[in-house]
Amino acid sequence: MGESGVLVSLDLPAGVQNHLMYMGFVPDARVRVLHKAPAGDPTVYSVDGIEIALRHETSRAIWVAADSISTADEPVLAAEEPELIGAAR
Amino acid sequence: MSECCEPAAFVPPVRQPGVKAAGDLHTIALIGPPNSGKSTLFNRLTGLRQKVANYPGVTVEQRMGRMAGVGRDDLVLIDLPGIYSLDPYSEDARVSIDVLEGHMPGTPKPDAVLLVLDSLHLTRQLMLAAPVLALGLPTMVLLNMSDLMDARGGAVDPLKLAQELGAPVALVSATKGTGIDSVRMFLNRNDAKIDQPPLMLPVLGNAMSTHRWAAQVSTRTGYRAPLSAKMTRRVDAVLLHRVWGPLLFLVVVFAVFQVVFSVGLPVSNGLQDVLAHFGKWATGFLPAGWIRSLVLDGAWNGVTSVLVFLPQILLLFLFIGILEDTGYLARAALIADRVMRAIGLNGKAFIPLLSAYACAVPAIMATRTIENKRDRLATILVTPFMTCSARLPVYLLFIAAFVPNAAFVGGLISLKTLVMLGLYGIGFLAALVTARLLKSSILKSSETPFILELPQYRMPTLRSLGLRLWDRGGVFMKQAGTVILCVTLGLWVLANVPVHDGHPPELGASVIGRLGHFIEPAIAPLGFNWKIGIGLLTSVMAREVMVGTMGTLYGADPETQSETLQTALHHDLPLGGAIALMVFFAFALQCTSTIAVVRRETNSWKWPAVQFAYMLALAYGAAFVTNQVVTAIWG
Repeated sequence: MGESGVLVSLDLPAGVQNHLMYMGFVPDARVRVLHKAPAGDPTVYSVDGIEIALRHETSRAIWVAADSISTADEPVLAAEEPELIGAAR
Repeated sequence: MSECCEPAAFVPPVRQPGVKAAGDLHTIALIGPPNSGKSTLFNRLTGLRQKVANYPGVTVEQRMGRMAGVGRDDLVLIDLPGIYSLDPYSEDARVSIDVLEGHMPGTPKPDAVLLVLDSLHLTRQLMLAAPVLALGLPTMVLLNMSDLMDARGGAVDPLKLAQELGAPVALVSATKGTGIDSVRMFLNRNDAKIDQPPLMLPVLGNAMSTHRWAAQVSTRTGYRAPLSAKMTRRVDAVLLHRVWGPLLFLVVVFAVFQVVFSVGLPVSNGLQDVLAHFGKWATGFLPAGWIRSLVLDGAWNGVTSVLVFLPQILLLFLFIGILEDTGYLARAALIADRVMRAIGLNGKAFIPLLSAYACAVPAIMATRTIENKRDRLATILVTPFMTCSARLPVYLLFIAAFVPNAAFVGGLISLKTLVMLGLYGIGFLAALVTARLLKSSILKSSETPFILELPQYRMPTLRSLGLRLWDRGGVFMKQAGTVILCVTLGLWVLANVPVHDGHPPELGASVIGRLGHFIEPAIAPLGFNWKIGIGLLTSVMAREVMVGTMGTLYGADPETQSETLQTALHHDLPLGGAIALMVFFAFALQCTSTIAVVRRETNSWKWPAVQFAYMLALAYGAAFVTNQVVTAIWG
């Protein structure tokens, strides 16, 4: 919770990917993890000032480079979100 | 960065010969991203009352109105569902794009556009400006919620933005009504079109380049995003909490039902006494005989037996209104996603299901926001299982008449509330189980991603809640004054013919009595008497007609005339039949409006027919079992 990073790339079917990009999930956008639903999934992300809920299988295809120095209240816990905070080459 | 992401010069299509002059303006479309306040603005500009709430996807079809709010009765404004881009991702977005392109039958092609953008998230919202401006229609950009932007320290230079976009820009607040005058000015001076330099718009259809363009424009116009409201995150930290979230929700739901009984029922009983006395007093002026009987025993008894439930209906709508206007509904969808996924749907389908607690008709329309066609159909088919407000009068009447006044936990939880919750529960359960069956058989499909924008929490305004209650109250009264009045008058006539020697027949020997006795064998296994049978027939029109029918039939019967409807029912119906009747209502599809909307939304008679038959079979079976079990235990 509270981890943030910069979006590197998306790897989703064209329709979904386009939709997400128009919602603000574009490369270089700052993404932050806000909450998890009580059942643990989906997760609410903050991007471009708005809050969007995504399921695990969608967020897995969104690559984010974690901040080296976190701006969040808590330190980045890369191990907790390996699918989200994966460094792209 | 690669070339694809560089903004390319884009010259808007040459406007039609003889540039649109003011006199040529007829139809103006409201376009904007979801939840940017288009419908609130629509209501401002037209003086109409289109439904508004705080979650994306409230408006799912085009709605037209004359712009009386700005003194331009000659112009038609079209409110449209919100869109993120001109690539339709769901059915409601398809509506907007069809209207914009002039492909929607019955809706004229708009010749000007009011682009509504939420100024709290301007950068992202500007992404929609590019494709909309590229349409080449006269466009005005309205930066909505500017009051909130100011309050939270945001800023933008509207003049600079107007230059960048080549279109007039105004800061407005649709809720407060500020800046609306600028729309009037735009409409009036649209004839003075000056040649504009070619706009620099990004390569269309490419989200990446569109976003870069939007970011550049917002930087150049000095846009400073307002601080995000901390309140929303703090509230969500509780409402989305693993334990507190669901618990709090259950407590609130329970409290609502408890209030419906502890406050609503006494009020409606009082109302019943007042109305009964008034009816007796007023009909005293009529000559004794069949006319007085028609007015009092027929119409008045029937209509008022439904009307007395108005207080409870309004309480329910107040609760639903608060859920919708605060922004909680989207969170409920998020919480429910896990359960919905288990049955093969996604959390988005939960929004229509929740709004079906008010009425299934708008809920079925709201399924247009579900992207996957098969998911949408499954949701449409199970939506009528959700306990709509028309079932409420039936439940309230039978619970008041049959469920004893027992309470647990020091009077906090009453048995009546528990029975009511149980009825809501079995309806919801039937919806889940049916959806699971559909999704694992005929409507199987691959999972669609769950993508849901969560709005910021907002305090519901008294005005908007008040208007909702007023409108819903009006619908309920109108239903009582039309459908229920007609049915009860018809019933009274059928209960009083054939006339022998100037005397009406015994109720059992009347036309309605004979019809009732004729169908009685079919419903006797459920524990129903013939009067209930007649009620089942008339309630196919709408569920609350059942209550009106009971009011008229027991009112027309000399034996029960002097008793209140609750007492009359209590004496005339066994407990097994009463409980079975409520179970029957929980499952059966008795609503012509729902059948009509399902036909329209699925474009065939097949689905409403299947749905009706399935729900009827389930209702009959469940009522049969209930009657047998209840009779065996308590009978």
